[in-house]
Amino acid sequence: MNIPEGLKYTREHEWVKIEGDVAIVGITEYAQGELGDIVFVELPPVGKAVKQMEPFGTIEAVKAVSEMFSPLSGVIKETNKSLEKDSTVINKDPYGAGWIIKIAKFDPSEVNALLDAASYRKLLEE
Amino acid sequence: MTKIKNTPFTRLNEQAGGKMVEFAGYNMPIQYRSINQEHLRVRQSVGLFDLSHMGEFFVKGDKALEFIQKMTTNDASTLKMYQVQYSSLPYPDGGLVDDLLVYRLPDQYLLVVNAANLDKDWAWLMEHKPAGVEMTNRSDDIGLLAIQGPKAEIVMAKLTTNDLSKMGYYEAATAKICGKETLFSRTGYTGEDGFEIYCDPSIAEELWNRTTDAGKPFDIEPIGLGARDSLRLEMRYMLYGNDIDKTTNPIEAGLGWICKPEKGEFVGRDAIVAMKQNKPKRKLQSLILKDKAIPRHGYPIFVGNENVGQVTSGCFSPSLEVGIALGYVGSQYGKVGETVDIGIRGKRYVAEVIKGAFYKEGSHK
Repeated sequence: MNIPEGLKYTREHEWVKIEGDVAIVGITEYAQGELGDIVFVELPPVGKAVKQMEPFGTIEAVKAVSEMFSPLSGVIKETNKSLEKDSTVINKDPYGAGWIIKIAKFDPSEVNALLDAASYRKLLEE
Repeated sequence: MTKIKNTPFTRLNEQAGGKMVEFAGYNMPIQYRSINQEHLRVRQSVGLFDLSHMGEFFVKGDKALEFIQKMTTNDASTLKMYQVQYSSLPYPDGGLVDDLLVYRLPDQYLLVVNAANLDKDWAWLMEHKPAGVEMTNRSDDIGLLAIQGPKAEIVMAKLTTNDLSKMGYYEAATAKICGKETLFSRTGYTGEDGFEIYCDPSIAEELWNRTTDAGKPFDIEPIGLGARDSLRLEMRYMLYGNDIDKTTNPIEAGLGWICKPEKGEFVGRDAIVAMKQNKPKRKLQSLILKDKAIPRHGYPIFVGNENVGQVTSGCFSPSLEVGIALGYVGSQYGKVGETVDIGIRGKRYVAEVIKGAFYKEGSHK
């Protein structure tokens, strides 16, 4: 299972990558595997305020529907428009081209509440 | 909790990368690689399915036909030798115990029932079984492998010497397969041409391997329950527990074609005839989403502000690339060509009522 070092993780299987004052968010390889073929993603509007661990969007797979939870509080800066055309990119490249939202104005102290790669791996093994 | 049962193919399912789940008490593959790709493989070429969870009851004796006629809605007296019939098992009030296949075989009938209903069906039938009828539950000693897809006949032809070109849809035969006399039929739950093979567990692994080899030129692959569900839904085939159950009369489900009141008395006949005459208050409609959304079991259906029904089955159709659903809708609403709204997470999405199956290019004979 690919769980890259340097990213932070939620117990709901989102990952977040901090790049300066922007946090990039997606779902983990484990999450995409559990969901199976992703058909489309409902994305929040840019500018919307989000709260840590509250739902920010929905992911529809062939077999199941799942909410996505925001790893951090902040404001939606950008959403991945390419997912509207082809959301299976989340299945193919969950940590790269399959990113979902970017959050700005987040509170860095909230980052500490997230899991690191080792803790997330442990969660999956439980 | 009872122990989860394995099938004669479980080891091969796991070896093939099957994502195993508990389904109706059996350890079954929900998918192997991708539901979407498995679905399209069956539509375009050929796939194989482990369906060993299905139940098989053999009915014998002088009164076997009379008993089946009394318990089921379709007319089993019309069955020619080795012919197969889709039928249903009603309660006296017209609700359904199950849907099933009835096979006429030499000196006996075979009833193939849903795994989830196996114990209930057995109890129901035993309760009504008269003297002169002998029933055997052989569900645990039969493996069921299905080969489905436009290339199914070519694959099947490599497993048997039978002349398949003469075998019609819903016909059965026996053949020596992997050295054992084996029953198979030209039936399926996908809308494609295909065969279902009722095998002795001792030949199960060899049969799977030979089928896989025979299908190699067509990129045959194992198909899980996920794609089985989307394949059947595209064809508007019923799933017991979703689209039909003890509260649904076959007439409102659109199953009038398997109800033959003219055959004489049977359980539930009065209720079925009454609903046919008085017109059902609701009908199971085929709904095709006009917006990008996936309807799922239990979602509400609206016309204006009125809740007029509920989705019983829904999925993203891999063939049509839109959301599709079945749902009971009040009969005064939702004529073919009209639209209804489906409520999905608090929003309304427009769906058109269509007639019959969603997918119309199936290769079934």
